[in-house]
Amino acid sequence: MKNLFLGCLVVTVMGLAFWAYTENYATKNALDEIAQLNEDIVLAHSRLRVLNAEWAYLNRPDRLLQLVNANFDDLRLLQLTSDHFARLEQIPYPGPDLGPITEPIEVMNRAKSP
Amino acid sequence: MIRKPLRPLARIFSARSLGEDSNLIEHANRRERVEIEYERILRKTQRRLIMMGGIFIISFGIVGMRMTALAVSEPSEPKARATASHVLASRADIIDRNKRILATNIETHSLYAHPQQVIDPAATARQLSKIFPDINAIEMEARLSGANKFLWLKSAISPEEKQAVHDIGDPGLLFGAREMRLYPNGQLAGHILGGTTFGEQGVHSAEVLGVAGVEKAFDDFLRDPKLNGKPLQLSIDLSVQSALERVLYGGMRLMNAKAASAVLMEVHTGEILALSSLPDFDPNNRPHMLTEGDQADDPLFNRAVQGVYELGSVFKTFAVAQAMELGLVAADTMIDTKRFRWGKYSIKDFKNYGPELTVEKVLVKSSNVGTARLSQMIGDENQKTFLNKLGLLAATSIELVEGPTGKPQYPSNWSEISTMTISYGHGISTSPVHLAAAYSAIVNGGTLVKPTVVKQTVPHIGERIISQKVSMRMRSILRHVVTEGTASYGEVPGYSVAGKTGTADKPSIHGGYQKDKVLATFASFFPSNDPKYVLILTLDEPEDRTQSKPRRTAGWTAVPVAAEMIRRVAPLLGLAPEIEISPQNGLTLANN
Repeated sequence: MKNLFLGCLVVTVMGLAFWAYTENYATKNALDEIAQLNEDIVLAHSRLRVLNAEWAYLNRPDRLLQLVNANFDDLRLLQLTSDHFARLEQIPYPGPDLGPITEPIEVMNRAKSP
Repeated sequence: MIRKPLRPLARIFSARSLGEDSNLIEHANRRERVEIEYERILRKTQRRLIMMGGIFIISFGIVGMRMTALAVSEPSEPKARATASHVLASRADIIDRNKRILATNIETHSLYAHPQQVIDPAATARQLSKIFPDINAIEMEARLSGANKFLWLKSAISPEEKQAVHDIGDPGLLFGAREMRLYPNGQLAGHILGGTTFGEQGVHSAEVLGVAGVEKAFDDFLRDPKLNGKPLQLSIDLSVQSALERVLYGGMRLMNAKAASAVLMEVHTGEILALSSLPDFDPNNRPHMLTEGDQADDPLFNRAVQGVYELGSVFKTFAVAQAMELGLVAADTMIDTKRFRWGKYSIKDFKNYGPELTVEKVLVKSSNVGTARLSQMIGDENQKTFLNKLGLLAATSIELVEGPTGKPQYPSNWSEISTMTISYGHGISTSPVHLAAAYSAIVNGGTLVKPTVVKQTVPHIGERIISQKVSMRMRSILRHVVTEGTASYGEVPGYSVAGKTGTADKPSIHGGYQKDKVLATFASFFPSNDPKYVLILTLDEPEDRTQSKPRRTAGWTAVPVAAEMIRRVAPLLGLAPEIEISPQNGLTLANN
């Protein structure tokens, strides 16, 4: 009985040792993964900062004004002035709905027929 | 094991037959048994001792090896504790009220040298001076050939410069990682942002410290690792700031002024939406402080915050508001405007406005005599208390490191003549930011505001300075200054502008005032019926030379520039103009 108990104990200890071994390596792998992710985060933040800085630099008001002037022929952008505001009453009320077309008349083919 | 009997019958019988004592046999056997048992226990104990000794040796061996391993290894933080917060610990960004970036960081490199590893100092120095024009080849060669083992060459270089240095190919030239502050908008809002410099420098990193403006005022906030890179949001609007600076620069050139400043403030919160002082500078490349000439001409000098000036007639507003608040006069009360002498001083107007004017006309026509008479009614103590409540006698609490240096100057002995001159803005020097806060308090319904450059999230209702009724009356009087008074060029279609002009002779360094050098100020607000913004515009030594005789008064110089500024800025602020409704308008016709 005693020997059986000792045998069970040994098997249990070996089992626990194996479990601890696998857990240890799983933890180490997880920590390595975290370290890698942190490195990725640092790189991503660094990239994001550069992109944000570049975006802010490209959108600086001075440059936008130069672009507006350079592309005036195509875009015809003007500075926002008080003329660009309107009161609600000045916008015409939408016209009545025409409703669904129930009796369509074919005109395109008819025009071509002799 | 078969135990040996104590009294074996064969031996007992043979002993008895021989007449010997049979008990002796038993004793001998008993002794033998005890000896065997003793030996067994001894061996067991020895085994246990050896095992214990072995365990102790192994345990101490493990502890000893672990201690040796710890002693020889590089110390590092436990991996499991490392969180993402470590990777974000850098100086926080500064953003405007619409979250557009005003200041951020970019990764760059520093350049240093190990002179003993430099192979060809002469050629290296020559090539370095080609890449960096500020490096002198001869001096650099001497430094690279010296006995130093370490040499800083550049604290921050661009990627292109790094590549160029790399191409030199000298093993003695080395790069270190650096985080550099970048202001992507260049000169825009330079005075507000201030700038940074490197503090403690190491090969791998360097401290970035604020040196002026919000960068220095919020240095601890921006560097606090606990905040995890939370950006500092200012009340500045980038688009408005840009438009304001552009118009201010154009106005300064047009009016031949040597300097200018403008402050645009929200009247209820004291938030500064735009602030500019010209000449200005680029915080990316902060210039050195001016060491010769007039310090006031230094581009680093923030005229809107640090510059305290006698601002002239814009102060008349406070005398009229206080007189009405105290119930001494009403807007239509007649005031004596005949010139008079007080001791050795003569109080007179720019031109003769007749024997008397109403209080409203005193402000509209800008009568010094009328305002002096009002100040006599108010009294010196009352005037001092009122100006103090408006915050005009102490430095502002604006969150720029230059704020406390803009301390108003006023006579230590507040005599009766001081009361009179201060009522029309002479004898007291304040900054444009002081004036913006004080005008906000007068026109916003009568409550005090504190100037701030940080975006406010909750409304603060300040101490009451004047009643709502007086505030509303002041709005209408100041509107008349534009419609029929000294600021007639201030009219902007759609935005009912109101305000007060001020033209102050500049004091001479030899005492007295200079005749042909003035400081022209227009303190305005809009829309006059429900003020949202206050704009203070100041031109230093302006001169309109379009006529045969140069014109310097604010009505001819500061007012047209301010009007153009409002015309440009008000739509950007989302302020809808008051539009006349006509039966035929463009929008309706376009629809047809």
